[in-house]
Amino acid sequence: MTEISLGHYLTLAAIIFSLGILGIFLNRKNVIIILMSIELILLAVNINLVSFSIYLQDLVGQVFTMFILTVAAAEASVGLAIIVIYYKNKGSINVEQISSLKG
Amino acid sequence: MLAHSLFFYFFSTITVLSAVMVIFSRNTVYSVFFLILVFVTVSVLFIMIGAEFLGMIMLIVYVGAVAVLFLFVVMMLNIVEQVIKRPSRKGFINNISVGAIVGGIIFLELLVAIGGWKYKGGFIPLSMDKNYLEISNTQQLGNILYTDYIYLFQVAGMILLVAMIGAITLTFQKKPNVKRQSYTEQIQREKSSAVSLVDVESDKGVKLDD
Repeated sequence: MTEISLGHYLTLAAIIFSLGILGIFLNRKNVIIILMSIELILLAVNINLVSFSIYLQDLVGQVFTMFILTVAAAEASVGLAIIVIYYKNKGSINVEQISSLKG
Repeated sequence: MLAHSLFFYFFSTITVLSAVMVIFSRNTVYSVFFLILVFVTVSVLFIMIGAEFLGMIMLIVYVGAVAVLFLFVVMMLNIVEQVIKRPSRKGFINNISVGAIVGGIIFLELLVAIGGWKYKGGFIPLSMDKNYLEISNTQQLGNILYTDYIYLFQVAGMILLVAMIGAITLTFQKKPNVKRQSYTEQIQREKSSAVSLVDVESDKGVKLDD
């Protein structure tokens, strides 16, 4: 119990991943919290990659974590820009009201 | 090793609790602050197991840039009005049941996948390994990032460029009542189009801007 192994880190990552997915389903207020849940999911993936990289003594995991960080930052910026222009057009970012594509 | 495990439990508890608060807190601004707390604690964990460079990068990129971006957008969009109008109770219960089922199933699957392995004991942080003490983590990363992964590195730069241009063009707006500088018009302006000679009769004066 006192010895921290790879399993502890993977369990932490699994908990954060599931919380992110729960957040996507749960949220009905605004889209920004959904974006934050996606950030949580990416963070869980990063924890997995880094802990495996330490465990296997191989740095490739950390390199890939850097690329995931890049893509996450790009995704956050473009997503927030889309939210801003959506708010400017419709005056609300409530998830229940974003249903124009509902066929 | 005891200190290592104590720190791990402390920071991972904070991480999980603040991840819960990101999802459940009613005010979006508080969610952003709890997201910052999650990233800070995870970067502490990264530093603890020997990935110092990534821990610092997490602090700089997430806490310094992404979270502040979220905060700016939350401020600009005036969401506080919407928070006061509570979501319907029935919809919340429907969502939480579906979300708990899906999230729980995925969590159980992950636990099965994790628990099915045999780990070799002694999770040695890289910083404690004698062979790695001579070269720091940052230098090791640089050694392979700029040689073996140079193309991926360039592609990452291109992704950032595309994201930057995309965000600017999405939020850029032309205002009709604002005069802007037009370089081509300025450069193409010539004497013939700018200056005109007028014959003025004596004792009459001249009227400009006709």
